Amino acid sequence: MARKSSRDRMKNEINAGSMADIAFLLLIFFLVTTTIVEDKGILVMLPPWSEDEPDITKLNTRNVYSVLVNANNQLLVRGEEQKLRDLKNNTIEFITNPQNKEDLAISPDKAIISLKNDRGTNYKTYLEVYNELKAAYNEIWNTESKRRYDGRLYEDLLRAEKKAIREDFPLVISEAEPTAFGEE
Amino acid sequence: MSRFSSRRGKENPEVSTASLPDIIFMLLFFFMVVTVLRDSELKVAVVTPSATELTKLEKKSLVNYIYVGKPTKQFQEIYGTSPRMQLGDKFAIVEDIPIFLQQHKLNVPESQHGGITSSLRVDGNVTMGIVQDIKTQLRKSGQLKVNYSAKPRAEELK
Repeated sequence: MARKSSRDRMKNEINAGSMADIAFLLLIFFLVTTTIVEDKGILVMLPPWSEDEPDITKLNTRNVYSVLVNANNQLLVRGEEQKLRDLKNNTIEFITNPQNKEDLAISPDKAIISLKNDRGTNYKTYLEVYNELKAAYNEIWNTESKRRYDGRLYEDLLRAEKKAIREDFPLVISEAEPTAFGEE
Repeated sequence: MSRFSSRRGKENPEVSTASLPDIIFMLLFFFMVVTVLRDSELKVAVVTPSATELTKLEKKSLVNYIYVGKPTKQFQEIYGTSPRMQLGDKFAIVEDIPIFLQQHKLNVPESQHGGITSSLRVDGNVTMGIVQDIKTQLRKSGQLKVNYSAKPRAEELK
């Protein structure tokens, strides 16, 4: 009986002090459990639509790096079969042409990569090839920016500096209309 | 017992309102979390390929998504198992793309129209035929900024 009376004397309020903590706890729970889906990918600028295909046969063959991916996901580079893991370094060699070979690009700004695929090519393979070609250019840009702007990466350059490098090493990937092989 | 009840009656207790703001905040946070991250429901199965040269898409409001992949189990009875395209939250054909792009454009301020990106979320096992058709349609519609959605890759190439 004595106990009951002491309870009655207390103020009859719910302790609200811990409410904020509970709210934070819930907030943190949601923050942790929800995964923010960020979209990453290979950013590409498509060429504007024109009815007639660009004719790469008019160009000097030594400046054209033709890459073909067929419906069996095989890679044919300048008429020879090639492994995907060699593509990047070979592309870099083609563009920069360090030994001034006769059959590689005259200068980096003249180099054109021609990418062609079948309609039956796997999207995965296509993207991997595209990724390697882009990786080749990214590496060239990085080496060039380190050389020109004392060791800074291409990403950290100012807009004008990036533009200067891109003018000397323009990324030109020409995609021809695919042949209708192996469509499902 | 009678003594006890009379005492309580005299005190006239009130429910504390101090916790009300917290509850409101809690609800607010909950709705923020739920509404921002709710993406359109996927009706096609998409496992994007992996790549290394990735760019992060900065402004979500400037991005529209085109999904390509096999219809998921529950839609296979109607749509079969060959790859289909999904725009927004329904199946579509390539000819629907211009209207879809136009609808997205309406929600974007005119000054930012140049920054609109189409993100192609395409399953790795899809053949290039349908992707090529989409690309051609995008070029015809003047939507040239395209993102091939991909996962980061760690392992070496074979």
